[in-house]
Amino acid sequence: MATKTIAPSAPPSAPPSAPRTNARDRAERRLAFRMTAPSLILMALVAAVPIGYAIWLSLNQYSVRTAGLSRFVGLDNYIAALTSQEWWAAFGQTFTFAAFSVTLELILGTAMALLLNLAFKGRAVLRTVVLLPYAIITVVSAITWQTMFQPNLGLVTNVLSTLGLPGGDVVWLGEHGYAMAVIVMADVWKTTPFAALIILAGLQVISAETYEAAELDGASKWQTFLHITLPLLRPAIVLAAIFRTMDALRVFDLPFVLTRGANGTESMSMLAYTQLRENRLVGEGSALSILTFLTVMVVSVIYIRFGGGNIRDVAKEEQ
Amino acid sequence: MSTLTAERTTAAPATGTKSPKRRLRGEAKLHPLVWVFVVAVMGFSLIPFYWLVNTSLKKGASLSQGELFPSQPTLENYLVVFQNPEFLLALRNSVIIAVVTTTVALVFASFAAYALARLKMRRKGMILTLILSVTTFPAIAIAAPMFSIWREIGLYDTLLGLIIPKLTFALPLAIYTLTSFFKEIPRELEESAYMDGATPFKAFRKVILPLAVPGLATTAILVFISVWNEFLLAVTLTTSPEARPVPVAIAFFSGTSEFDQPLGTISAASVIITVPLVILVLLCQKRIVSGMTAGAVKG
Repeated sequence: MATKTIAPSAPPSAPPSAPRTNARDRAERRLAFRMTAPSLILMALVAAVPIGYAIWLSLNQYSVRTAGLSRFVGLDNYIAALTSQEWWAAFGQTFTFAAFSVTLELILGTAMALLLNLAFKGRAVLRTVVLLPYAIITVVSAITWQTMFQPNLGLVTNVLSTLGLPGGDVVWLGEHGYAMAVIVMADVWKTTPFAALIILAGLQVISAETYEAAELDGASKWQTFLHITLPLLRPAIVLAAIFRTMDALRVFDLPFVLTRGANGTESMSMLAYTQLRENRLVGEGSALSILTFLTVMVVSVIYIRFGGGNIRDVAKEEQ
Repeated sequence: MSTLTAERTTAAPATGTKSPKRRLRGEAKLHPLVWVFVVAVMGFSLIPFYWLVNTSLKKGASLSQGELFPSQPTLENYLVVFQNPEFLLALRNSVIIAVVTTTVALVFASFAAYALARLKMRRKGMILTLILSVTTFPAIAIAAPMFSIWREIGLYDTLLGLIIPKLTFALPLAIYTLTSFFKEIPRELEESAYMDGATPFKAFRKVILPLAVPGLATTAILVFISVWNEFLLAVTLTTSPEARPVPVAIAFFSGTSEFDQPLGTISAASVIITVPLVILVLLCQKRIVSGMTAGAVKG
């Protein structure tokens, strides 16, 4: 490996005494470097290089008619995107989707986790059943909920019209608001198990003694939940929220299959895709994908800064 | 929050996860309201599956009726799917892409994860944060430039052209999951290997790797599922059935004729590709749960 020729500089914190351990330390650091380098190089090639190239593409305009013809336009594509109604519509729709789906997933996921943490006959069955939607590919989850809401054919639409409730005769995927509701449902169905399992893992590290102490103090079940379980569960809930929000902001499969982005469901990723592939606007599409990227990154930084210290603590612990 | 009525201290940890402080002390009697909730959760998880299967067994006129049980169940939709050469090609493509991507990611990741979990290293925290942040990248930011690059160099609409960008997300997922598995292996084992004069790399190969087989298997399952599921890169970087994997093929599935309502056929195709994944989850649920939550919560 080429890395052999590079002599790693001694770490500044290395103690000057004990030369033998020092040598072993150096050997270990060298090995660590060699073991991580292939992965880091590969990741740079498949992640950093494409994103760098996307930035370059986004600063140019490409001819739709003549292949290879392009001109440098600076930030024009960004200005066009940020002053367009489409971008802000997609932006708002993506955040609406994320807000509804993540909130529902966290509430339902916490409830499911509390259930799965109880000892009762059939808990193993419940856990298996709850995990099943996780195995479904997102495209199939979309199709499943399409069959549920299809006019005439769908279970939900039939139940609603039998009960005489509103919504029974609505073409759900064909109307604003309703279409978004179906997409949120499909997402909640597939990904709540994930949130539930993360929260369950957090629940299981709370010791029984904590609860016994609360019981001795005469706390009610509700008080115990509110003042002991929930605060101790916070890191797990925040973690589930981060993972789920990052995923929700990238939503693509569900609107693609269910509505092709119609009826107020176009997400940021979908808009970029449409410009790029359907309209062949490479520069504009790249600018939109970089804007999507930046939006997601800004949200993740905000989450890590203000949401909970646990991610940073994990990172610090590694050092 | 009706679950609170049950005895909390009797709760046992779900199998597969460690919880030394809690012990199973017999099963609690659940409040009837909790049972209602259990049934509701099960219904929410299972009914959509049933409806998908129900739809897949309908044909023609009954496809526009919401019968709870198909009055004339037919397997014709399944026959149509299996006779569709594009669907079979898509299955082949998905298997190749998922197997190759998972294998490559696991080989690279096992080295990196060992170093990150065990060896002395500078800027370890920064490297881990960097790796974790790649998993949050929106796939469109990779797909857009790849679309341009691949068309230039001829990798557009090929299997290799899909495997490479899929590594962008498979590799960090594998590194992150494996790192937490390696951390769980007791340090004493390596130290005794050092005592016997083994180098760190030898300790990795002879002691850690064999012990980490369950963790590697779990990571492989998780990476496989995520690669199999991935849609955006697949739809952006392919255009013909020769390279399209299953999710894209299903999304573009159309009926046998213009007048056929394709939802029955699409449902049948969905059921067909869901069955193997459901079996995988049933067989490996403990692994999947431990992998999904690995490193998520520090005790």
